[in-house]
Amino acid sequence: MSIEVKNLCFSFGDREILHDLNFSIEKGEFVSILGANGVGKSTLFRCILGLLPDYTGEIIIEGKNIKELSVKEMSRLVAYIPQNTSPTFNYTVEDIVLMGTTASLGVFKSPGKAELERVQWAMEKMGIEKLRKRSFNRISGGERQLAVIARALVQQAGIIMLDEPTASLDFGNQMLVLSQAKLLAGEGYTVIQTTHNPEHSYMFSNRVLALKDGRLLKSGAPKEIITKDVIDSLYDISVEVPQLYDDRARVCIPSNVALGNEI
Amino acid sequence: MPERVEKRGLSGGVMFLILVLLLLLAMLLSFLLGRYPVPPKELFGIFINRLGFNIEQFWSDTQEVAVFNIRFPRILMAVLVGACLSAAGAAYQGVFQNPMAAPDVLGASAGAGFGAALAIYFGLSGTFITLSAFAMSLLTVALVFFISKRTKGEKVMGMVLAGIIVSSLFQSGTSFIKLVADPTNKLPAITYWLMGSLVGATNKEIKMIILPMIIGILPLILLRWRLNVLTMGDDEAKALGVNPGKLRIVTVISATLVTAAAVSVSGMIGWVGLVIPHVIRRVVGSDYRFLMPASIVGGGLFLLLVDDFSRNIASTEIPIGILTSVIGAPFFLLLITRREETR
Repeated sequence: MSIEVKNLCFSFGDREILHDLNFSIEKGEFVSILGANGVGKSTLFRCILGLLPDYTGEIIIEGKNIKELSVKEMSRLVAYIPQNTSPTFNYTVEDIVLMGTTASLGVFKSPGKAELERVQWAMEKMGIEKLRKRSFNRISGGERQLAVIARALVQQAGIIMLDEPTASLDFGNQMLVLSQAKLLAGEGYTVIQTTHNPEHSYMFSNRVLALKDGRLLKSGAPKEIITKDVIDSLYDISVEVPQLYDDRARVCIPSNVALGNEI
Repeated sequence: MPERVEKRGLSGGVMFLILVLLLLLAMLLSFLLGRYPVPPKELFGIFINRLGFNIEQFWSDTQEVAVFNIRFPRILMAVLVGACLSAAGAAYQGVFQNPMAAPDVLGASAGAGFGAALAIYFGLSGTFITLSAFAMSLLTVALVFFISKRTKGEKVMGMVLAGIIVSSLFQSGTSFIKLVADPTNKLPAITYWLMGSLVGATNKEIKMIILPMIIGILPLILLRWRLNVLTMGDDEAKALGVNPGKLRIVTVISATLVTAAAVSVSGMIGWVGLVIPHVIRRVVGSDYRFLMPASIVGGGLFLLLVDDFSRNIASTEIPIGILTSVIGAPFFLLLITRREETR
């Protein structure tokens, strides 16, 4: 599904967070949003999710202005994977994934057989069907993230938004979660993540939005963004960005380290 | 694979059925308990007769009166009040994403207590005490709502704080009425009412409260799946297609209605709304699809058993509000110190 953002501005009181953002995202893209802490990544994210309605400008998803969509209609378009899902109560993994079916149910309805089949399908797809009856709070962070992605699949929204999906995961789980996300983009889902890891965005996404001080510094293919110039400016430090393995990977190394100086 | 799907649905459902059977059994046995002896055979005869089968009367008229005018309303009242408090507790815990929430968080009990004290102070009859308690209870929660609309920051926290403020205000109002009430008859009546008791439950009272109870409990049952989604927090709920603000208001109004109805006839009966949903969660899991109906039945069962105890254990009745705390507190202690089971 496509997203079009036009002249998007957002302010908290008289503090401007987002300034005149313009970009569009096509169906099947895996977009990473990069930027330092506090540049407005989360705000942008929440605006697109419809959680912050007080912006000016337009956000158009599949040709519809999201300000005119109901909560239910919105949820059929965009699924949200928070940085951390920690339910107050002790739900099973299956319960959590099943919550993705809510939007497709009538107000007074509870999920039934058809919904459980969708859950089964999504959990198999994410490779977590063995965890069905386990307590969600007792599985690993990576498994939790996969379960919430399964919930997004069950929700049947074309756009999946992940808020720093790898922030609290170990290296193996980071790779696992991101490769699952990339697979979904390959199947036609539009995947958007915020991240603090330029190397990941290079390896997994096909487009990067670099955000600085509420403005779009640069947007383009990872090859154009994960460069010394852009990263230097994005994080206000000096880095070297060597290209590895025929440029299939790039790493960001602080210049001090690269040049053998004291950090 | 599919049989595993069935298993969960069944285990929650089976647990619910077991609770229903236990409740029916307890209700039946409760008819046998009481000062005036009604042996099983006579009880059976009275029931059969009432159901329209004409059989020759072999029981005394007093026994029939005891069964239908005294025990029937008492048993039904205990079940209804327990069911309502427990349902409201389960609902509030979900809405506030807090397992420690009880039906009185928003001041429903404090308001009812004030309303009842006021009515007793002015020498009004039983019906008016109930009405006054009911009305004040709803009024209190409405006031809490009104205040929380104006609080800044997090909505849920604003509501809880407003509940604490307003509750405390009405509690001091109740204390003041107790201070100025006639210490020979009115003060004891107020004190007794506040302790919580089902003494003197009548069919008339049942008729008064059953409608608000049904009106309140229906949405809680119908919306129970969505309550799960609400416990995930507003952002996630919204992204999952649930309007958190609307659902919260409907749930709180429904839960308040049943709490007000229950408290207005029973006085302050603590612990049921807090402890029963916890226990039920251990039995059927956190999913409100099973949790809500099982809490309703479990709450009814619990209060019925405690009430049987309260009216039969000693020669004078022990107010049920005291007993629920005496049983509830150690039970809860056991619950929180025992290791949480992996489900």
